[in-house]
Amino acid sequence: MGGTELLQFVLAGLKNGSIYALVALGFTLIYAATGVINFAQGEFYMLGGMLSVWAYADLGLPLPLAGLVGVAATAAVGGVFELGAIRQRKDGDPLALIVITVGGSMVLSSMARHLFGPNERPLPLFSGGGSVSVFGAVLEVQTIWILGLTALAVVGLWYLYNRTGLGRAMRACAVNRDAARIVGIDTRLMVTVSFLLAAALGALAGLAVTPLTQTAFDVGPTVGIKGFAAAILGGLGNPIAAVVGGLVLGMLESVSIAFISSTYKDAIALIVLLAVLFMRPQGILGRSSREKV
Amino acid sequence: MSLLEVRSVSKQFGGLTAVDDVSFDVFEGAIKAVIGPNGAGKTTLFNILTAFDRPDEGRVSFDGTDIVGQPPQRIVRAGIARTFQNTQLFEEMSTHENVMAGAHAVTRAGFFGAALRLPWTVREEREVAEEARRLLRLVGLEEWADTPAADLPHGLRRLLEIARALATRPRLLLLDEPAAGLNTAETASLADALYRIRDRGTTILIVEHDMGLVMEVSDEIVVLDRGAKIAEGPPRLIQKDPAVIAAYLGEEDLDEL
Repeated sequence: MGGTELLQFVLAGLKNGSIYALVALGFTLIYAATGVINFAQGEFYMLGGMLSVWAYADLGLPLPLAGLVGVAATAAVGGVFELGAIRQRKDGDPLALIVITVGGSMVLSSMARHLFGPNERPLPLFSGGGSVSVFGAVLEVQTIWILGLTALAVVGLWYLYNRTGLGRAMRACAVNRDAARIVGIDTRLMVTVSFLLAAALGALAGLAVTPLTQTAFDVGPTVGIKGFAAAILGGLGNPIAAVVGGLVLGMLESVSIAFISSTYKDAIALIVLLAVLFMRPQGILGRSSREKV
Repeated sequence: MSLLEVRSVSKQFGGLTAVDDVSFDVFEGAIKAVIGPNGAGKTTLFNILTAFDRPDEGRVSFDGTDIVGQPPQRIVRAGIARTFQNTQLFEEMSTHENVMAGAHAVTRAGFFGAALRLPWTVREEREVAEEARRLLRLVGLEEWADTPAADLPHGLRRLLEIARALATRPRLLLLDEPAAGLNTAETASLADALYRIRDRGTTILIVEHDMGLVMEVSDEIVVLDRGAKIAEGPPRLIQKDPAVIAAYLGEEDLDEL
């Protein structure tokens, strides 16, 4: 295999990897705030694309505004889901909450099917169908959008976490909920904010990919599993690890297509997930719980 | 004026009476202590005073308002801050950030304003950072500002927890066994910090097992034994009180058995 060809696979890996990274960030934010895996995370990805298509094609909004509406509306769905379903479970029992998110995932995809139909729906490319050449490899302009938006989201999240009071409060809740409560941080509010943010991140991924792949009511679970695998691979609860996990998973998929066969592409995420859970459950960047003590 | 009023508070666990009809006042600007031998009901009483636990009977009011059953963030906003017996810090955050996390609950812009970076929130963020530094200086931790809380020496962790509690701008600071596990030098610097905090205008209530610190810093002491109040008064009188001596001697007798 030539260098150019390899670079082409690397670029494809980066593109998919950054999508997984955004979804994985959603998993990690909610896990940090609640200790729960949100199995509706893939549906936020689906809704981001679907609601943007709706705003663009059905409402006739210009594309940038339609994208904004899609992401904001999905964030609102995330917040309502937390207030209406998660918060109602007063004892916060993680197992019950996980089942609630599984149910929520089904409700959201069924509703999308009823409201927007069973068919795949397209969205135009953000800035035309051009491409640029990178050392001979082809880089589509939409891929640049995907990488750029992911980078922007990661930087924004870093800023929020490290430079603002809200981010500090969210970290404080994740590190020690009791201590957060005694210094007067509203830990319930932080959970709602985590759902809002996680939904927005998933939606951004869905929005950015839809021009390349189209979207449908049932695209959520596949991406959800991959984002989950990426979050586990990096180490749950750590945003940087989620991004690294997403990129590594994207690369692994790409490499598997290059050297094995595209048939097994979707199995890679599951194999990685199982391998990590068996061998290094704290993830590649996670600290072992034994070290912590 | 009475800042905290405790009236006829009782709490039972199963058949055991942990707190038995306890009443006292904490006056503004004072350092007051609740002491008693092990199992006297100090921690239960402390949890009731900070609304982490509900009394079966009785009333606790802060500045005239009943605080029983209020959620913790409401208690904090009302002006009560507490520390834990087992220090509860944000381990992965720096010492400075720990204190800043405490400050945000009470700032004007709140969390969302702080996230949006509105012009006054930028200024407020700077004020919060400066206030946090002042508080670190107050407890003597300014050199440790950038150290992760997890890496602080044991004796300093409690001072950090106190600084973080002060960041919520409390009128009343409740300390649960602040001297536990501290050596003599650390206890002395804790006492100095308590004086400085009181002189800034914060009222302090200490629940403590160890007599040394309490006798030194307190203006007034409440003594509990088996859940009930057996004495109340200034340190010198408490030291001579026969009921108190009997309670503590009784414990020593038990220790020898």
